[in-house]
Amino acid sequence: MKHTIVALVEDRPGCLNRVASLFRRRSFNIESLTVGHSEMPGLSRMTIVVDGATTIVEQVTKQLYKLIDVVKVSDITDDTSVHRELAMVKVHTTMNTRSEIIEIVDIFRANIVDVATDSLIVEVTGTADKIDSLLQLLRCFGIQEVARTGKIAMVRGMGGTAPAEREKPAPVRRIKASKLAAIS
Amino acid sequence: MKRTGGQIVCECLLREGVDVLFGFPGGVVLPLYDTFPQYPQLRHILVRHEQGAAHAADGYARATGKVGVCVATSGPGATNLVTGIATAYLDSSPVVALTGQVATPFIGKDSFQEVDIVGITLPITKHNYLVERTEDLPQVFKEAFHIARTGRPGPVLIDLPKDVFTGEAQFSYPEHVSMRGYKPTLHGHPAQVEKAVKLLNEAKRPVIVAGRGVIVSHAFAELKELAEKAQIPVINTLLGISSFPESHVLSFGMLGMHGMAYANMAVSACDLLVAIGMRFDDRATGKVSAFAPHAQIVHIDVDPAEIGKNVRVNVPIVGDVKNVLAALNKRLVQQNRADWISQIDAWRRDHPSTVIRDTDKLLPQHVVRKIYEVTGGDATMVSDVGQNQMWTAQHFWYDKPNSLISSGGLGTMGFALPAAMGAKVGRPDETVWAVVGDGGFQMNIQELATLVQDNIGVKIAILNNGFLGMVRQWQELFHGRRYVGTHMTSPDYVKLAAAYGMPGYRVTAKEDAEMAIREAMAHQGPVLMEFVVESEENVYPMVAPGTALSEIIEEPVREVVA
Ligand SMILES: Cc1ncc(C[n+]2csc(CCOP(=O)(O)OP(=O)(O)O)c2C)c(N)n1
Repeated sequence: MKHTIVALVEDRPGCLNRVASLFRRRSFNIESLTVGHSEMPGLSRMTIVVDGATTIVEQVTKQLYKLIDVVKVSDITDDTSVHRELAMVKVHTTMNTRSEIIEIVDIFRANIVDVATDSLIVEVTGTADKIDSLLQLLRCFGIQEVARTGKIAMVRGMGGTAPAEREKPAPVRRIKASKLAAIS
Repeated sequence: MKRTGGQIVCECLLREGVDVLFGFPGGVVLPLYDTFPQYPQLRHILVRHEQGAAHAADGYARATGKVGVCVATSGPGATNLVTGIATAYLDSSPVVALTGQVATPFIGKDSFQEVDIVGITLPITKHNYLVERTEDLPQVFKEAFHIARTGRPGPVLIDLPKDVFTGEAQFSYPEHVSMRGYKPTLHGHPAQVEKAVKLLNEAKRPVIVAGRGVIVSHAFAELKELAEKAQIPVINTLLGISSFPESHVLSFGMLGMHGMAYANMAVSACDLLVAIGMRFDDRATGKVSAFAPHAQIVHIDVDPAEIGKNVRVNVPIVGDVKNVLAALNKRLVQQNRADWISQIDAWRRDHPSTVIRDTDKLLPQHVVRKIYEVTGGDATMVSDVGQNQMWTAQHFWYDKPNSLISSGGLGTMGFALPAAMGAKVGRPDETVWAVVGDGGFQMNIQELATLVQDNIGVKIAILNNGFLGMVRQWQELFHGRRYVGTHMTSPDYVKLAAAYGMPGYRVTAKEDAEMAIREAMAHQGPVLMEFVVESEENVYPMVAPGTALSEIIEEPVREVVA
């Protein structure tokens, strides 16, 4: 079964290596792994998608927790969460196919971010399913290159993966009306 | 005032209460060694191979409960530590390993004697560090020692580039350490404790299986109180031996592959198993699906990742064993389980498991038994791996807390000699015995020179059976007695001892064993004793690999004497 695991980790060299090596030890193929900054300074957020037996994933999750650089781990597979991925697709175009491609891109609410004489780059965000279907449709035009970010995920509502101490709202800096006037 | 990195390392070690380092120098650690004369409080013991340094630090840590420290140079020095670090990791021993590294501008260029030791030891350390700036040293050392000794202890490696030693910085040692990713749970959840109390009060046939966690957390008194108050028989894992006095009426030996028959029977028949600071190793459980088939299981461990890893658990309690047992003890009601205890006693009478067969020949079991008799149990026993390890566990009665040191998890041959060296340094006033096979002894034989140079009075008992005995036993039992690669010759150990400069004895007759052991004990420094024992003696009882604890094989021919 596919599991989506979110880990908040110290932003330090070698941390990714430590995390990945626990999965390697159990011969898990990591389907996707994304890392980026979180809302906390110095903490990165990893979203890891693996396919494996639930009991083993649970155990690896506990072992992840044991890593000194790992602050919090959540398996959010069963939670109601929002999952998104971004992909860029370079599609071969001709005079004849371009408009058809643009139509498909519109249906998917994707964007065209680069146009060349015989290709264009489509940028799409959504669930993995949505991206798969778009790729399916574009395939017949000739896909030249695909780059996918892998999944990021967030639990809806109050449930969450944040560590106990949440970030306080930053103080709002109000811009004085006089300054605004000056700008405009 | 600014200090060099080398000085800062020494200052940090002193702040952490370190008084001895087991090490071996080389190019990149020279600046560190150069500062040692300024710190005479730090005793450096020069080993003969870095593996010896790691095992010695481990032995020291197990004997004292303090962090053991070893030092090696970069490259081959660092890789030589690896087996010792893994040994400490699997047995949760607090070791800090310091390795030199090539200077930071040379890292990653396959420079002379460069290896990525942080990468290599990633899966066998609790944590590890590559220090990049001299000013980071105090923080790193503070964290490293804290991580090594708290929670579930384990080895931490600090890789130190040469220019970090030579660089300069102000020194101030942090008072506190706080890591948001490292907060071990030390107190059991009250609701879980309550559930365990309920099971304990209701159980008809409970057993305690006590592991090394009891020793690590110094919960000797708490375990005794629990057992006595609730009248629960105590069984030990190999590494749990000496967590509970073996002469106690509630002590019922060791479980597992070479455990006592009655202990394995009790585990197989119990209706409640209280696992304390142990991790259900496959050598202890036998076939997992048939382990304690009638029992509810309460598992107390400081490491949440151990819960439910190998066996199903009904009530997990994550916390430090000492705290959890104290909490349990407060809520227990006095019990009387005379029927259950006399049942196990009857099994012990019918299947004594530690009887030595009647013969005039010198058996390896005799040697261990004689050491017990001569020392009266007042000794620290350090065993190697193989048959000698099992006999050392079976034929000595451990009443003193934390008096058996052995490589259980990794099963590292060659462990005993250097680990006993470390244990003796940690317990200078105690008698420390290394019991070792002829195979394992030859794996770290070089440390004899260290014993002599530093006059570390370890008593060494080589049980020489001319074979890699435990492997030979498997070949006999499971491979049609085809002995391949297990027959082994030895040097003349008496001459060897003389060559190294220590007294050596060879004992070939049963009746000479006691005298020789007494003489060895009377001698102040290290002594080497070779016992030429029966070559094809087997360890029994035995649970064949992959079978259940209840399918224990007792000795095939048993001419029983008391
Ligand atoms: C470093 C290492 N290599 C190999 C083994 C496998 N092994 C386990 S027991 C054993 C035999 C040990 O022989 P010896 O040291 O003579 O002790 P005995 O069993 O005869 O008491 C071997 C080879 C091991 N445990 N450790």
